[in-house]
Amino acid sequence: MPIVSLRNVTKTFPGRGKKEAPLTAIDGVDLDINEGDIYGIIGYSGAGKSTLVRLINALELPSSGKITVNGATLSGAPESQLRKARLGIGMIFQQFNLFNSRSVWRNIEYPLQVAGIPVAERNARISDLLNFVGLADKAASFPNELSGGQKQRVGIARALATSPRILLADEATSALDPETTRDVLALLKRVNEEFGTTIVVITHEMEVIRSIAHKVAVMEEGRIVERGSVFDVFSAPQSSAAQKFVATVVRAVPEADELQVLRDRHPGKIVTLSFIDGSITQSTVFDEFSRHQVAFELIYGGINDIQGRTFGHLTLALTGEATAIERALAAVHNRVTVTEVN
Amino acid sequence: MDELLSLQDELWVAAGETLYIVALTMLFGGVGGLLMGLTLYTTRRGSILENRAVSSVLSVIVNTFRPIPFIIFLAAAQPLARLVIGTGIGNNAIVFTLSLAASFAISRIVEQNLLTVDPGVIEAARSVGAGPFRIIGTILLPEALGPLILGYTFIFVAVVDMTAVAGVVGGGGLGAFALLYGYRQFNPVVTWAAVIVIIVLVQLVQFAGGWLARKALRR
Repeated sequence: MPIVSLRNVTKTFPGRGKKEAPLTAIDGVDLDINEGDIYGIIGYSGAGKSTLVRLINALELPSSGKITVNGATLSGAPESQLRKARLGIGMIFQQFNLFNSRSVWRNIEYPLQVAGIPVAERNARISDLLNFVGLADKAASFPNELSGGQKQRVGIARALATSPRILLADEATSALDPETTRDVLALLKRVNEEFGTTIVVITHEMEVIRSIAHKVAVMEEGRIVERGSVFDVFSAPQSSAAQKFVATVVRAVPEADELQVLRDRHPGKIVTLSFIDGSITQSTVFDEFSRHQVAFELIYGGINDIQGRTFGHLTLALTGEATAIERALAAVHNRVTVTEVN
Repeated sequence: MDELLSLQDELWVAAGETLYIVALTMLFGGVGGLLMGLTLYTTRRGSILENRAVSSVLSVIVNTFRPIPFIIFLAAAQPLARLVIGTGIGNNAIVFTLSLAASFAISRIVEQNLLTVDPGVIEAARSVGAGPFRIIGTILLPEALGPLILGYTFIFVAVVDMTAVAGVVGGGGLGAFALLYGYRQFNPVVTWAAVIVIIVLVQLVQFAGGWLARKALRR
């Protein structure tokens, strides 16, 4: 049974006053997240992904539909029960949202206080968490004395304090520089691997999905327009939204203006080979070119590694006899998708 | 100058009365204003105890009474003072009416300062399962403490200002002293003596408030 399950969930915000029309932020979403997964949800701002994540920990209540988290049905439950449910769901935020009036130690202590954990147990837990996130020396510091990356690590420690089975990350790395982003993502990966915590990652950056997510859902206008394993969505995006996101990290096929430049420099035949099935090795393909005495030059593209499986698009300029090129392409046809570039 | 020396005792009694009125007003009006301000903030749209009816009714009440000039409010609220504390004149009547007037003003200051707290911080507290009253006590007030101290310091000065009209309903204090012995007897030295005592009092409180706020904000 999935640890998070949404069935035909809709969330509509009423307009302010009579002039503003109501806004449908979530429009009939079905979503299942299995325990232990890192599930990415990607979309542009306004796509409804922040609302979606807040439905999972009941910070927002659905207008209709059914939400089940950790085996408990949240939709329609009383507030007291929702509070109890939130103890089992950690959350980290883009702006960290640390309590500025509390030291690092007391920030992490807060969820434990709310949960009514005895002091001795609390202290042991906070020490463990500080060591886990590598901030044991910052226990007495206040948030305004920390860097962005340190703040987010405190946020992660705070979110994990009550050992939740689910961690929600709402644009958790969007305010961080690339290097710190990598550190924080690596930390989230460790959380997933060492504690088995299910992580829901909300982001607008495909790089975040690529580096840690197992599965991904693409959101647009309150709906999930595409979902699947990260490898499948990256190697063969179906929806236009997914294609746009994938294009931000995968160098695929040259665009028209780039192609013109390439064509001017390379008079021969230009083809794009798409390695979509991660099991095909490039060398078998290139061997065919050599065997048919076709010279090739790699002029565009790249190979991507998604959790150990590779795929990519390579655009080649081929030179040689026309018939030889035909035969070489026919020979590789069953292993890769060949697209002639015109 | 001789008159002032002969009025020395009265001056210190008046200063003591001002302190008495201001201290009690800051206590009662401060607590009343804090509760009203918290209610205004927490019942707003999207806040932790959202309640449209309470929010609009309280807002209308505050907006109705807050702008009334204090000297008029003092006269208008006299029957109420008589009803509640048994007398409409003297320092205690002043404390009652002043506390009432100050709590309306304080409620808006409290509301404004609470609004400076990042809503994301409140959301973080909600996300770990904290209820609204726990959030008010453990997150909202501590997070807004620095600005709140500055707000109360500001109000302290305003209350000292308002005590000056206490004489109208038979109360004492530095305002009554300055008007009675200075202004009415054409003795500016006496008036200025009261002014200086007030300036010193206000400066001390302003300094203490600023120091406390800096400690709370840790900067």
